[in-house]
Amino acid sequence: MGIRFILMVNKQGQTRLAQYYEWLTLEERRALEGEIVRKCLARNEQQCSFVEHRNYKIVYRRYASLFFLVGVDNDENELAILEFIHLLVETMDRHFGNVCELDIMFHLEKAHFMLEEMVMNGCIVETSKANILTPEMVMNGCIVETSNANILTPVQLLEKTS
Amino acid sequence: MGSQGGFYQSKEFLDLVKSIGEARSKAEEDRIVLSEIETLKRRISEPDIPKRKMKEYIIRLVYVEMLGHDASFGYIHAVKMTHDDSLLVKRTGYLAVTLFLNEDHDLIILIVNTIQKDLKSDNYLVVCAALNAVCKLINEETIPAVLPQIVELLAHPKEAVRKKAIVALHRFYQKSPSSVSHLVSNFRKRLCDNDPGVMGATLCPLFDLITNDVNSYKDLVISFVSILKQVAERRLPKAYDYHQMPAPFIQIKLLKILALLGSGDKQASENMYTVVGDIFRKCDSSSNIGNAVLYECICCVSSIYPNPKLLESAADAISRFLKSDSHNLKYMGIDALGRLIKISPEIAEQHQLAVIDCLEDPDDTLKRKTFELLYKMTKSTNVEVIVDRMIDYMISINDNHYKTEIASRCVELAEQFAPSNQWFIQTMNKVFEHAGDLVNIKVAHNLMRLIAEGFGEDDNTADSQLRSSAVESYLHILGEPKLPSVFLQVICWVLGEYGTADGKYSASYITGKLCDVAEAYSNDETVKAYAVTALMKIYAFEIAAGRKVDMLPEVGFQALDYKFILCKCILIAVFDVVDYLHLLQRAYELQAVIGLDAHAVESIMPADASCEDIEVDKALSFLNGYIQESIEKGAQPYIPESERSGMLNISNFRNQDHHEASSHGLRFEAYELPKQTVQARIPPASLASTELVPVPEPMYPRESYQTTTVPSVSSDAASTELKLRLDGVQKKWGRQTHFPSTSTSNSTSQKTVNGITQVDGSNTANSRTRETYDSRKQVEISPEKQKLAASLFGGPSKTEKKSATGHKSSKPSSHMVKSHAPKSSMEVASEKTSPVQQPPDLLDFGEPTVKTTAPSLDPFKHLEGLLEPTTQVSSAVNHSSTAAVTKSPDIMGLYTETPAGAHHKDNDILSGLSNPPMTNMVGGTTAMQVAQSSKGPNLKDSLEKDALVRQMGVTPSSQNPNLFKDLLG
Repeated sequence: MGIRFILMVNKQGQTRLAQYYEWLTLEERRALEGEIVRKCLARNEQQCSFVEHRNYKIVYRRYASLFFLVGVDNDENELAILEFIHLLVETMDRHFGNVCELDIMFHLEKAHFMLEEMVMNGCIVETSKANILTPEMVMNGCIVETSNANILTPVQLLEKTS
Repeated sequence: MGSQGGFYQSKEFLDLVKSIGEARSKAEEDRIVLSEIETLKRRISEPDIPKRKMKEYIIRLVYVEMLGHDASFGYIHAVKMTHDDSLLVKRTGYLAVTLFLNEDHDLIILIVNTIQKDLKSDNYLVVCAALNAVCKLINEETIPAVLPQIVELLAHPKEAVRKKAIVALHRFYQKSPSSVSHLVSNFRKRLCDNDPGVMGATLCPLFDLITNDVNSYKDLVISFVSILKQVAERRLPKAYDYHQMPAPFIQIKLLKILALLGSGDKQASENMYTVVGDIFRKCDSSSNIGNAVLYECICCVSSIYPNPKLLESAADAISRFLKSDSHNLKYMGIDALGRLIKISPEIAEQHQLAVIDCLEDPDDTLKRKTFELLYKMTKSTNVEVIVDRMIDYMISINDNHYKTEIASRCVELAEQFAPSNQWFIQTMNKVFEHAGDLVNIKVAHNLMRLIAEGFGEDDNTADSQLRSSAVESYLHILGEPKLPSVFLQVICWVLGEYGTADGKYSASYITGKLCDVAEAYSNDETVKAYAVTALMKIYAFEIAAGRKVDMLPEVGFQALDYKFILCKCILIAVFDVVDYLHLLQRAYELQAVIGLDAHAVESIMPADASCEDIEVDKALSFLNGYIQESIEKGAQPYIPESERSGMLNISNFRNQDHHEASSHGLRFEAYELPKQTVQARIPPASLASTELVPVPEPMYPRESYQTTTVPSVSSDAASTELKLRLDGVQKKWGRQTHFPSTSTSNSTSQKTVNGITQVDGSNTANSRTRETYDSRKQVEISPEKQKLAASLFGGPSKTEKKSATGHKSSKPSSHMVKSHAPKSSMEVASEKTSPVQQPPDLLDFGEPTVKTTAPSLDPFKHLEGLLEPTTQVSSAVNHSSTAAVTKSPDIMGLYTETPAGAHHKDNDILSGLSNPPMTNMVGGTTAMQVAQSSKGPNLKDSLEKDALVRQMGVTPSSQNPNLFKDLLG
C-alpha cells in the first residue's frame, strides 16, 4: 500500500485538503485528523519530520502556514516521502506560481487532480512534473492534441501558431 | 470542453472559501459549514442548474465533507455529474464520487455503467478519469464488469492510460488475487514498456508480487539490475530528475525490489553488487533525496547476501547520517544501523555516543527509534541496562499503543536474555505494575509457566529458588495500593502454588494475604476467582500434609460468600453470569475440599502438579474406527481446507478461463464461480470409490500437504534464520566465507573506533592533533554517558582499552580523510582492503564484476528476454525505446524549462485565472530551481498576491493577521 493518506492542514489545524487511500468513515477521519494534527503541530523545527502513530508513520513538512502530512506504512522510506511532499509543492508551484493556502482553497479540485496523477492506490506512480500537469493543461485548453496522439508542449504550440 | 474551463467562480463560492479561511475556531467553522449545508440542500435540487453552477456546488459539498460534516444528501448529484459530456465537469464528478463513496456504497452500481462507457472513450483523458475511479470504487464483485476493458487498455497508445490500467490491475490483485491470477504476466510485460512512467508504475505491483512469492521472480533480477543501472546512468528523460538525481523515486523502488530478491540468495545478490556500489558512489549526500536513495541502498545491502565492500560503504553512509545535525538524518541513521547490525554487529560500537545522544534526545520520535535499535542489539551482556531504560521510558509515556508495544518487548527480551531469576522476576513485576492492563494475557500465562517449569535446566534447586524469590517479591508488592488485574492473577496463582512450598511462610500468613486481595479487589471477579482457587490449593496442601487447618474468620467469610454471589447471579441473570458462576463453583469446591480427609485431598489436588502434561491426541486417532465405518457406509471423506481452495482450483480456474475467453468477449465472474465449484466437486463424487477411499485416515491429506511445502520451507530457511537472532546469523555468514574478512575488518574498525566515537565530524587533521582533541572531548562527555555506553556496547574494560589504542597509527586518520572525500573513497577503500582480504573473498568479489560487465554492454538485450515469444514486438519495442532514450531528453528538457517561474501573475483575477499557462509560456524559461529558490518571502509576488486577495474581497484585517502574514510572506 505505502501511502495511506495525504492531508494539507493549516497551522490553526484546519483541513485544507484530504485524500485517503483506504476507506475511513467520516467520524474516523475526523478523529484521526484531530489526533495527528495535534501531534504534528506541537513539534518544533529541530525535531524529526516523522511521527509514529499507532501502526503507521506520519511524515510532515511545513510550508509557510500550510502543513503537508502524509501517512505511510512502517516500511516506507521516510526521507523519500519527505521529498515527495516537496515534489508535490514544486509541481503546484509550477502550476499556480508561488502556491499558497488560498490557491489550494480556491482550486481544491485542481490540487486533487494533480495528486491523482502522482499517487494512485497508495503508490507513487508519476514523478515527472510535465506528465503530472499535462491533463490539467489539456483540460484548460492550453494544449491542442493532434490525432497522432503526440502532445504538443506549449512551446511547440507557440511555434505552430506563429 | 469549454475553453474557459472551470475558471468561473461565483461570489458565493469566493465568500464561502473566504469565511472558512477566516474562521478562528472549530466552532465557528462548524457554524459556517452547517449554514452552507442548508443553502446547498435548497439549491442543489433546483431544476435546470447550469453545469458550471453544479460543478461548484459539488466542490462545496467536498468542502463540507472535508471539514467533517455529512454531505450524503448531495452524493447522487455527484454521481449524475460523472455522466456529463464536458471533461472537466466529468472529472470533477469522478473526483467527488471517489472522495464521498466507499467501494461498497449502494450508488456504486450506478457508476459502474458510466465507467464502462468512459473506458471506451476516444478521449484518453476521459479514459484516465474513469481509471482513477476504477482504482477507488471497484470492489471484488464489480471487477469482472471492467476487467476485460482494463486488459485491453494495457496496450493503449497513450502511456498515461497504460500506466493507470496497470495500477487498476494492481488494485484488483490486492482486492482479489484470484480474479486476475491469469493476468499477472502483464506486469512483467509492462516492465519493458518504453515509457519510463509506465515502467515506474509497474514496479509497485511487482514489489507486491515478489513480496508474496520471491522464487518465481528470480529471473527478473538481471532486468531490474539493468533498469536500475540505466536509471542511475541518467538514461531516463530529464523530466524524471529531481534535484539533480535521476528518477530517485524509481531508484528507491528498484532497490526495495532488489533487497527482496537478493535476500538470502548469494547468486542473485552477486548480480547486484556493482550497481548498488555505483549508486553509493553517485549519491549526493548533501541533498535530502540523495540521502533517501543512500538509505535505501543501506537497506538493500543489509538485506542481500553480504558483500564486505558494500557493507563498508553502508557503514560510512550511516556514520555520516548519525553525525549530521539534522534530526531526520539521525533518525534514518539509527534505523539503518538497526538493519546493518544484523550482519555486522561490531559496527554499533563506533556509534555508541551518537546512539546515546539520540536516546536522550527530547524528540520522542528519535527516542523511540533508538529504543528499537537497542531492542535489536540486545545481548545477555547488556540486557539489564536496556530493559531498565525501556521500562523507565515505558513508565514515562501515556500513549497506550506504544506502551503496549514496549512492554511486550521488555517481556520478550527478559525472557530471552535474563541473566538471573531474581532479575527476571523483578523486571516482570515492574512491567506488570506499570503496564499490567495493557499486556497481553498470554504474557501472564507465560510468566506463570516459566515460574512453574523453571528455566529448562534440570536444576531443581534453581527452580525452587526462582519460585521462592517470586513469592517473596509478590508478598512485598501486595502492599502497593492499586495493582492491575492481570498482575494480581499471576500473584494469586503463584502464591497458591508455591506460597507455602519452601516453608518460609505459614499457610495462615499466605491465606491472610489472599483474603486481603479478594477483599480489596472485590469488583474484579477474575481476581477473586484466582484468589479462591489459590486458597483452596493452600488448604489442600495443608490438609494433605496432615496439618490442622485453622480457618481465619475472613476466610470463612470469603469462602462462604457464595450465597451472596448466588444472589448476584440471579440479579444479573444474563450478563456476565459466567464469571459469577465460576466463582460460585470455586467457592463450593473450596468448602467441599476443606471437609475431606488428607488422603482424598492429596489425590484431588496433588502438590506442584501444574507442570504435568496433559496429552491431547490432535490427530483424533480414536475416531479412526468410526470414520472407517462411515466411509464404508458411503460418507464423503474429509478434505482439508487447504486442498479445497488450494492451487488445484486456481489452475482449474485458469484453464477454464482460457476456454471461455475464446467463446465470448464479456465475462462476469458471477456466472463462472458456481461452474468452477461444480467442477471441483464432480471428481470426488464420481471417483470417490477409486481415488479417495484409500485415504482412510484423516491424517493423510495433511501429510501430503506438508510434504509439498517442505522444499520451499527448507529453501526459505536461510531467510527466516536471518531474522531470528544476531548470534546465529553472524555464525551463519561467518563460518563459510566471511569469517576471515570480518575478523580483519574488525581489527580495523577497532582502531577507527576512537576517531569516530569521540570526534564529531570535522576532523581531517593528523592523528596527533586529533588525539589532543580527543582527550579534550573526552572530558566534555559526562562520565554517566560513558558508563552507559560501556554497559550498552561492551564492558568498561573494553572502552578503556580502546582509548589506550586510540593513537595507535595513522590508519584511523586516513579513514577519516576517506570519508571526507567520498569520490575517491571507493578506490582508496578497494586498494586498502584488497590485499588484506582472504582469497575466497577476492573470488567473491571478482565474480560479480566480471559477470555484470557483460550484461551492461546491452541492457536492452535483457529486457528482450522478458517478453514472451513475441520477439517481433519486443524488437520493435526495443527500437522505439532506444529512440526514446536518444530523442526524449530534448523534448522533455524543453518541457521542464517552461512554466516554472510564473512571475506574470495578473492583477485581474478572472483574466489571470483564465489563461495563466499562456503567461507562463511567455515568461517561462526559468528552470524549476528558480521556482524553488524563489519560495519564501518574495516582495513582488506577495504584493501581487495581496492585490489578488483584495480583489476577491478578502481584506487583511487585524482579526486574522497571522493567516495573512503567512499567506503573503
